Amino acid sequence: MRNLLIFITKYNAFFLFLIFEISSLLIYVKYNSFQKATFINSTNKVTGTLYTQVSQFYGYLSLKEVNDSLARENAQLRGMLKSALYVDTVEKHKVVDTSYKQQYTYIVARVVNNSTNKRSNYITINRGSKEGIAKDMGVICGSGVVGMVVDVSEHLAIVQSVLNKNTRFSAMLANNKEIGSFIWGADLDPKKGLLTDIQNDAQPKLGEQVVTSGYSLFPTGIPFGKISNLHAKGGGLLLNVDVTLAVDFSKLEYVYVVNNKFAQEQTGLEAGQKKNE
Amino acid sequence: MSRAILVNVIRFLILVFMQVFLLKNITFYNLSTPYLYILFILLLPFEVPNILLFVLSFLLGLTIDAFYDTPGLHAAACVVLALVRILFISITVQKDGFDNEPEPTLSIMGFRWFFTYALVLTLFHHFFLLNLEVFSFSEIQYTLSRVVLSSIFTVFLMLISGLLFFRKKERK
Repeated sequence: MRNLLIFITKYNAFFLFLIFEISSLLIYVKYNSFQKATFINSTNKVTGTLYTQVSQFYGYLSLKEVNDSLARENAQLRGMLKSALYVDTVEKHKVVDTSYKQQYTYIVARVVNNSTNKRSNYITINRGSKEGIAKDMGVICGSGVVGMVVDVSEHLAIVQSVLNKNTRFSAMLANNKEIGSFIWGADLDPKKGLLTDIQNDAQPKLGEQVVTSGYSLFPTGIPFGKISNLHAKGGGLLLNVDVTLAVDFSKLEYVYVVNNKFAQEQTGLEAGQKKNE
Repeated sequence: MSRAILVNVIRFLILVFMQVFLLKNITFYNLSTPYLYILFILLLPFEVPNILLFVLSFLLGLTIDAFYDTPGLHAAACVVLALVRILFISITVQKDGFDNEPEPTLSIMGFRWFFTYALVLTLFHHFFLLNLEVFSFSEIQYTLSRVVLSSIFTVFLMLISGLLFFRKKERK
């Protein structure tokens, strides 16, 4: 017994190393999957407040760019107004249109923490469950798709961005509606994505837009980016193409969280169908 | 003694702040990312007991993890770093030669020793950190180039900060 104690004290560095290394590896393996995240992440009180404060300061540095992009978006929206369209019929009577119902609403949020240079990139935004944000909602910005909400606290939420090895969205070619799935590109480049598994007889063209398909969390037609290379690696029997992302993730400031009003109904219906099988 | 504690607490806060609010956003071609916060472990005094060294490394790692959203990853790499530090110091330094508990800084230990010390420890830390993050051998070539380039960047920043706080030779 005494010899054992002497042995342990003599090589105490090694034994201490074992204890701490094993405990940190346990933490790493256990909480690696983000949905089970612990208090050690950026939605907790201390880190959350700090990030919010600092991002408020950073906000001043990019006011000009934000103003420009908002003005551009305003102009685009103005173009969609009824008053901007030329009416070529002379009908005067008013029709109360009941065939349309609002399906998507948007919640604007500010990015308080962001990364683009890791394998799994997440974005923290300053809206949470209090403002009506829930898990699995889509997130977009003025120029395209940003990601999906994976974790919500009272005032903050974490978004798994497109720049994440686990992200996969349903996408299609804008012109011939060919469906594929959209993932992040091969070599961790924050400007590149990959559209995979398109049917071989589809004929994508260079510069063609890749947009959301409407099978996922987003309204149809939100851009992912433009095709930059028709012969990407891999693919096998199906076709893969490289896509230049439309969103500049390093300069993200404001995003919109998409609230699909039919989402709950749809998942409930599909879950019921699965149960019946 | 109390001065050493105060200096190290301030150093801890400054390095963590620099890492999470400044250096986190810096990267060259997604290959070279600096992790300067490990300078805190490197600069702890020689006299620090092993148990305290491991506890501090573990805490530093967890603090960084909280901001990086990677629970356990930086903590594991920092604990490896602490072990390498103990081995390196026991091989290269005779502890009896000093009075009034010196620190392994650039100004006390000289350029040659500090450079090898920083380089070896940084390489070990980055190797474990980046490999643990990727967790597969299929991209080993890409990961290794990231390790080397990031280490160069980190050591460069360490030497600059060493020169910035350079004091005239304290040891005679």
